Amino acid sequence: MTAIATVQTPAKRLSLLTGLSNTFTLTWRSVLKIRTNSEDLLGLSLQPIMFLVLFTYIFGGAIAGSTHKYLQSALPGILVMTVIFGTLGTGLMLNNDISTGVFDRFRSLPIARWAPLAGAVLGDMVRYVIMVGVTLGFGMILGFRIENNPLAAAAGCLLVLAFALAMCWVSALLGMVIKTAQGVQTFSFLAYFPLVFGSNILSPTQTMPGWLQAFVKVNPMTSLTDASRALLIGGPVASSAWKALAWGAGIAIVFAPLAVRAYRRKT
Amino acid sequence: MALTALCKRTDSATVHHGYMRYDANSALAVEATGLIKQFGKTKALDGVDLAVPPGRVLGLLGPNGAGKTTAVRILATLLRPDAGQARVCGYDVLRDAHQVRQLVGLTGQYASVDEGLSGTNNLVMIGRLLGIPRTQAKVRAAELLERFDLTDAAGRPAKTYSGGMRRRLDLAASLVGRPRVLYLDEPTTGLDPRSRTDVWLMVRELVTDGVTVLLTTQYLEEADQLANDIVVIDHGKVIATGTPDELKAKTGGQVLEVAPADPARMPDVAAALAELTRAAPSVSEHGDRLTVQVADATLLPGIVRELDSRGIELAEFALRKASLDEVFFTLTGTRNQP
Repeated sequence: MTAIATVQTPAKRLSLLTGLSNTFTLTWRSVLKIRTNSEDLLGLSLQPIMFLVLFTYIFGGAIAGSTHKYLQSALPGILVMTVIFGTLGTGLMLNNDISTGVFDRFRSLPIARWAPLAGAVLGDMVRYVIMVGVTLGFGMILGFRIENNPLAAAAGCLLVLAFALAMCWVSALLGMVIKTAQGVQTFSFLAYFPLVFGSNILSPTQTMPGWLQAFVKVNPMTSLTDASRALLIGGPVASSAWKALAWGAGIAIVFAPLAVRAYRRKT
Repeated sequence: MALTALCKRTDSATVHHGYMRYDANSALAVEATGLIKQFGKTKALDGVDLAVPPGRVLGLLGPNGAGKTTAVRILATLLRPDAGQARVCGYDVLRDAHQVRQLVGLTGQYASVDEGLSGTNNLVMIGRLLGIPRTQAKVRAAELLERFDLTDAAGRPAKTYSGGMRRRLDLAASLVGRPRVLYLDEPTTGLDPRSRTDVWLMVRELVTDGVTVLLTTQYLEEADQLANDIVVIDHGKVIATGTPDELKAKTGGQVLEVAPADPARMPDVAAALAELTRAAPSVSEHGDRLTVQVADATLLPGIVRELDSRGIELAEFALRKASLDEVFFTLTGTRNQP
């Protein structure tokens, strides 16, 4: 082998392309972890199954008169609920990466500063796709039927996923500003429970007190559920879908930079 | 410019050793001046200066909480200093952080591997992040796993590794990008003696390959074994610098160990030694011998005669160099308890 002496000077800055490539590598990491961690995979699948069985058979008869009727209107909402609770995982994983020192290793590497965050969020999208798949699949076993054309149904799933992508950043922020994994879990539930249950996901809103109805009305989960219902089982889509999209965009615009900033400041 | 020469990489060396060599310039690989970092009310670093010439090993020694890790984190661009400057191969850790990150490798308490991934995937991931094409990243991972004796465990998740294996994987992870400067933050803390010796051996190999190493440790023996130069810090301040031998010589120099045949005579021996050396003798761990620092070896015959004339029979009488433990004790006033 001929040896040629060369002077290699370190590159001055990072291109966007390198940043994206870093992001995909870290997405691959997340996906690999889902694949190799059978407990995680099992949990991912069991959660939607549990939600479906519990809510359908506990509330179905009382609220809609029949479990089948209830399932038709509840499943699109349970889809939302499953995925939104799923976003809690983002914060937990980031918190874990920080406390175990994995993030320090990333930060000591010449990679885009935002890549570990973006990679974690993208990797989680794969989890949500699994959750959506299980919810729909198991729902159909229980008797749920898509009443709209497949394209609209697919759009409904995509809408839920897009919204989850936005909510990930909220979770990421919590994962970074709260010190322990335990704390992240507790605070996330405190934030997420009212959001998820204070909506029209599980029951019609007419019997709720006025103040709660007001909250349910502005709650983005309500718009998202309305849109998801409309796309899966039919009904007017446009206004609720736009509202959900606007909410999602707004949440992402506010929380993504906050999460990135918290991440940069993390020492 | 000096830094280009300093960070010159001759690929002939890379071909032979897999690591780059420094150009034989005298400029510094790591240089820090007046580093200050405060966390709340605690001053973690209170004006620390460090200098590591290329291809050398600097041991950063100090008790828990002395500021060692803070210093390493600043030098690895993970933490911004409140004041002071630090450069790696001439690149400023704040202004040229991206360049610095291309030159350094970090292993330690706080930078770690992903426990959910296998050994191979951990190293491939880092290779990919560093822009190495997939096939080459795999080759490099296999090479490093082989070198660190992890080939058999390559496919297992890192969480199944023993402490020593994990540390070796950690070290391997920091070497994927062939760093010119390697920070080892307490690389052997919590390891059994056998694994510790393994890590030492690997560090020595890296140094032979021309890597500059900054090592923090609370084990004096480790610094003695690996470091060319030592900086002792305590409460965020540098309290001594020098080669291990210089440090030993600087503080007391030599130590006289005396054990009376009859343990009951210990107090008499202590009194005689204190009188003759004008230093306070200390009793050994087992309580059967006394050690005292002697600045001047010519005192010894007088001490032997005096003990003899007092009728004290001796089981042991030896002069040796002060150990780094004793140096550390003299400098910080605390026993080093790892």
